[in-house]
Amino acid sequence: MTTSPEPSQDPIPDNTELLRFTTAGSVDDGKSTLIGRLLHDAKSIFEDQWDALQKSADLAGGSDVNLANLTDGLRAEREQGITIDVAYRYFATPRRKFIIADTPGHVQYTRNMVTGASTANMALVLIDARNGVVEQSKRHAYISSLLGIPHMVVCINKMDLVDYSEARFREIREQFFEFVPRLDIRDITFIPISALKGDNVVDASTSMPWYHGPTLLGHLEDVYIASDWNLKDFRMPVQYVIRPLTDEHHDFRGFAGQITGGVVTQGQEVAVLPSGKRSKVKAIHTYEGEIDEAFSPQSVTILLEDNIDISRGDTLASLGTLPYTTQDHDANICWMHETPLQLGRKYLIKHGPAVTKVVFREVMHKVQIETLEEIHGTATLGLNDIGRVKFKSMAPLVYDAYRKNRNIGGFVIIDEASNDTVAAGMFRSPEKPAPVPEHKDYVI
Amino acid sequence: MHKYKLSHLDYLESEGIHVMREVAAQFERPTLMFSGGKDSIVMLRLAEKAFRPARIPFPFLNVDTGHNFPELNEFRDRRAAELGAKLIVRTVEDALAKGIAHQVPGEISRNRLQIPTLLAAIEEFQFDAALGGARRDEEKARAKERFFSFRDEFGQWDPKRQRPELWNLYNGRLLPGQNMRVFPLSNWTEMDIWEYIQRENLELPSIYFAHEREVVRRAGQWLPVNDLQPPKPKEEVKTLRVRVRTIGDIMTTGCIESDATTVEHIIQEVSTARVTERGGRADDKVSESSMEDRKREGYF
Repeated sequence: MTTSPEPSQDPIPDNTELLRFTTAGSVDDGKSTLIGRLLHDAKSIFEDQWDALQKSADLAGGSDVNLANLTDGLRAEREQGITIDVAYRYFATPRRKFIIADTPGHVQYTRNMVTGASTANMALVLIDARNGVVEQSKRHAYISSLLGIPHMVVCINKMDLVDYSEARFREIREQFFEFVPRLDIRDITFIPISALKGDNVVDASTSMPWYHGPTLLGHLEDVYIASDWNLKDFRMPVQYVIRPLTDEHHDFRGFAGQITGGVVTQGQEVAVLPSGKRSKVKAIHTYEGEIDEAFSPQSVTILLEDNIDISRGDTLASLGTLPYTTQDHDANICWMHETPLQLGRKYLIKHGPAVTKVVFREVMHKVQIETLEEIHGTATLGLNDIGRVKFKSMAPLVYDAYRKNRNIGGFVIIDEASNDTVAAGMFRSPEKPAPVPEHKDYVI
Repeated sequence: MHKYKLSHLDYLESEGIHVMREVAAQFERPTLMFSGGKDSIVMLRLAEKAFRPARIPFPFLNVDTGHNFPELNEFRDRRAAELGAKLIVRTVEDALAKGIAHQVPGEISRNRLQIPTLLAAIEEFQFDAALGGARRDEEKARAKERFFSFRDEFGQWDPKRQRPELWNLYNGRLLPGQNMRVFPLSNWTEMDIWEYIQRENLELPSIYFAHEREVVRRAGQWLPVNDLQPPKPKEEVKTLRVRVRTIGDIMTTGCIESDATTVEHIIQEVSTARVTERGGRADDKVSESSMEDRKREGYF
């Protein structure tokens, strides 16, 4: 470990980092107890919330306070005693701010798990020490891997019910490792805990002297996340064109957007895709004034040297490694609607600010998540199915493969008639990358 | 630690700016709901950051319950003028007179009456999107609501028919008559709001800071005394040093005893608070599902 001799004084007073993590699970695996424990010990449950919990427990006949009632906020969820939708919970320690995407674990809510995973830095997988690795833990691990969550922490819970046994902990870890090589998980940590008794959640356990790793909260506070954003190749889809049309800013034509990858500097040469035109960054404009460089995921406004035609949906990219610009796509997809995918039918795709029509050509396979088996010869995907598809878009789309950059490789599919969002997908590298358009000097 | 790192406030700000720009790009007639409250003050700063040096491309809309704190209305009008924005105010009073809203006997708060007033304003101006400052940490029905919250032809929210929202992709497509409520501050907590107000040095209405006020104790809260709300026969009027933590209807917004005169003091107070901010609002206390019920009817 290296430390600089004199820690540099951060000029920004609010230098707390944000960690977003996802949990998945059902009523019995102790997920709610764990979240309740984290919130409670981080002092993020308030007295009136506690009173409300107590009140519903009293009404239910004096049973114990059910921490799931904190998150299961919809009436249908309380009536059925299940979590239906993703609930977002917030807590903070002096070191970090946390957003939990709490999702249901059952197979019929795969789409909600996928949704929660799309924005997470870390996946928290809960395993009941008595049951070991079960279908649901595998599903959650697979989805976390598919959605490219950079970090995973596997909490082996209810250690108190297996006599805090190190052998049991090791056995479960081995079970998990048997499954892991087939997934794309870069960073994985195992922690033996008891959410109910509080072992290794916030405070180190005295019942497991054989465990020398961090507590869960300690790990959440320490895991290195600053490199989770792709800072390699500059990408910015243009969201909105800012034209004040005032005397003071007569010629101001700013391309506003959130940087989805890399760093952009003033004076840098950029490509405008899909047209392939090139220009230089004249200025990076923010409310606070012009800045020399900006990086992902900042929202900025970029002014270019040349007056070229750029509108919402175009992408600005650095010249080093250009993104793919293509109409033929290969992607992993999760179907999220009751009406199954129809080959040959027109749908809309929303990729960043770009929207165009697409037609699915082929379902290459469907994934049997529990075994990771690929089932071939299927012509459709139904609700909560995950598979790989080939499709064509009416206009070319500009992207990097999802595995390379999560913030530019994701898309959603919209039903043109109902406007429902029916699927979410992740681009793979197209098989035959289309040639990048040649640089042309357009005179406008 | 490398230099390309955003703090949590930078991250939330960038997310909020992105959402604001999506609204400007995806909708034809969006509006921004501006009450003068602390969350909507943060919304204005995000809008400035999203669109300057151009003008903010939304008119501001406020539903005035007639029970608004006067300090708040003064602030609301002045800020809208300073930013050069068009401010539309529609009042519950007017909606009652026109028969758009109907009072239930014994109903003190005008919170529920805002719903038909808001829906009528949306229809009057044909707004297809309304930006609001609601946050997910406020209430558990909100915890499950999307950034882009779809409302049907009756302005209703159906929690079971919400559109999946992944990454930073928001589907704002609508059929005629439908509209969208959009919440750029979804991921902010009460503390984030205060830290941002401090960082950006944002001006606030005076009632957020400690001041002397006549109050009465009612249902475990200190309620402000005024013409609309005279003390009941046996109630003792006290003059206390108080401030408000959240602003709703003047009839139901409880004041808290406080000496906080600066944003720094408020941050200290919030960090040691033991009740949620909406804990002081009687409108949420009606039942466990009161927020969900109001949202289903069209509340923002």
